[in-house]
Amino acid sequence: MKKYIQGKPIRFFTAIICWMMTTVLMGLQGNSVVKYQQQQIQDTTKWPATFGFGRTATVEEITLWDIAIRPDGKGLPPGEGDAAKGKAIYALKCVACHGENGREIPGFKLAGPALVSDTLFKSKPKTIGNYWPYATTLFDYMRRTMPYNLPGSLTNNEVYSLTAFLLSANQIIKSDAILNAQTLPRVIMPAKKLFVIDDRKGGAEVK
Amino acid sequence: MMEENKKIKIEKVPGKISRRTLLGGALAAAIIPVSSSFAKYIQIGVPVGPVNDPTKTIGPGPSVLGKRSPFEHPVRKPSDISSRTPLQDLYSSITPSDLHFERHHAGVAAIDPNKYELLIHGMVNRPMKFTLADLKKFPSFTRICFLECAGNFRTGKEEMTPQDILGLTSQSEWTGVMLSTLLREVGVSDNASWLLAEGSDASLITRSIPKKGWDEAIIAYGQNGEALRPEQGYPARLLIPGWEGNTNIKWIRRIEISDEPFMTREETSKYTYPVKDKIRMFSFEIDARSIITFPSFPQKVERGWIEIRGIAWSGRGKIIKVEVSTDAGKTWVSAKLQEPVLAKAHTWFRHLWQWNGDSTEILSRAIDETGYTQPTLRQLAEARGTDLGGYHMNPVTAWQIRSDGSVLFKPENLK
Repeated sequence: MKKYIQGKPIRFFTAIICWMMTTVLMGLQGNSVVKYQQQQIQDTTKWPATFGFGRTATVEEITLWDIAIRPDGKGLPPGEGDAAKGKAIYALKCVACHGENGREIPGFKLAGPALVSDTLFKSKPKTIGNYWPYATTLFDYMRRTMPYNLPGSLTNNEVYSLTAFLLSANQIIKSDAILNAQTLPRVIMPAKKLFVIDDRKGGAEVK
Repeated sequence: MMEENKKIKIEKVPGKISRRTLLGGALAAAIIPVSSSFAKYIQIGVPVGPVNDPTKTIGPGPSVLGKRSPFEHPVRKPSDISSRTPLQDLYSSITPSDLHFERHHAGVAAIDPNKYELLIHGMVNRPMKFTLADLKKFPSFTRICFLECAGNFRTGKEEMTPQDILGLTSQSEWTGVMLSTLLREVGVSDNASWLLAEGSDASLITRSIPKKGWDEAIIAYGQNGEALRPEQGYPARLLIPGWEGNTNIKWIRRIEISDEPFMTREETSKYTYPVKDKIRMFSFEIDARSIITFPSFPQKVERGWIEIRGIAWSGRGKIIKVEVSTDAGKTWVSAKLQEPVLAKAHTWFRHLWQWNGDSTEILSRAIDETGYTQPTLRQLAEARGTDLGGYHMNPVTAWQIRSDGSVLFKPENLK
């Protein structure tokens, strides 16, 4: 009753103890991360505390890539903008794909989606006004990937201004509002109240 | 004189098969370009004159890279933003890597594997960077599972193939390092509950992944035994078995450990859908579904024995049963499942049927280990409202068999 792993015999009782520990751990935590790790540990040499592969990331490296914005505003950079400045940037960098006012043009297919509409639920098309639950997402998304032909080229102030213009065009903020790291997370989006988190877990019911 | 004619004919052909192959006589075929709506041209092999006897002619020798038979031409069907797997051309559950469906948000990223690094930071003891070589040194893990786009369902007309209807699903054997192995290295805070996964394509695509998705997640660098295809995230991607395609971040470069979701564009305004008077978000698992891939449009069937074949899968575990109806849904029988049946994997089913020549409809429905039965479109509409949106739609689909043997999709309309 010996198992040979990497040429070394593991005694049967060791395997039993490992199995019992696994069972106890799984029972206590019900955590399949533990389950998967334990399965791997069972199958091979005991894992070291660390494998020593990879290296510590520097603060500069993290800062360079760490661009995500959370709804609470974490990650928003210094800077500010307003709708008037945003309108000018929009006319220069966004209009080609999203149309003159960001509104759908009946009978004409824009290269990008329409961005402006009324704020009534289920009005068409889906836009920032009727379908975006968080204003911070606008900043995050535009800064990481817009404009489509030159992603990542907008300055923080430009992104604040474009965010202000689009929120203002959708009648969500006043046209003279200043957006910055403090004011942007406070904007309440009309669609936020509509979003619910999927709680389905399988089973007989169709939901 | 005949040999001379054949030679001339072959030389005129602008195909990709070497002249030696053809002149060698192993294949008495020509490759002709054929126009099609989805590619500039595809190549098809057609016999030229009498086929040589392969038992009397030495074939070409070994080569550095294998190719498909010049008689086989499975192709993806691309649009501007995605391409679809030819489900009707597959014989078993693995999708050849070059036929795996694509969906990307700013094109296929071109990444030098020698410059590739994965950053893990946020609520960790030690923020770390891993090169591709580092990732490959860790204990590895291999698993077969499907990968499907959340928006994988098209309907609307009778002339649709399985590829047109459900071609945004594919299956591979994925290899990589378990995410949990890497999280163990960086030391994740006990208070962490979400992570952000970010790709290094031009959309820097991001999704927030709750802790329940970390358990089975893989940072994959292998696909069907070789390196990932660029379209599948070369050199490394996130792979969460059973979860909607866009959470499986390709070209992954950053993981930020957090205690709340980031509410990115993809998880708020994009991969969400109306459910009556609300909008449902964070639908991660793909619900059980199936499709008959044979017989299907534009094939024709003949009276007599027909083996109905198809695939069934669930993002919540194993398929335990597939039922097939050959009388338009009046009665259902269990199909034979091809072993091994794997969790969160395309499962082949077969049902032997003797067709008497009368027009009818054939359907399949999948049942998974949670007890969920694939619903009809009407059931989905009753549960969610008739404004269904395009995501997480998994209705039972039907093929109409006409008395002349033609097979047509049955598009359903709720209105």
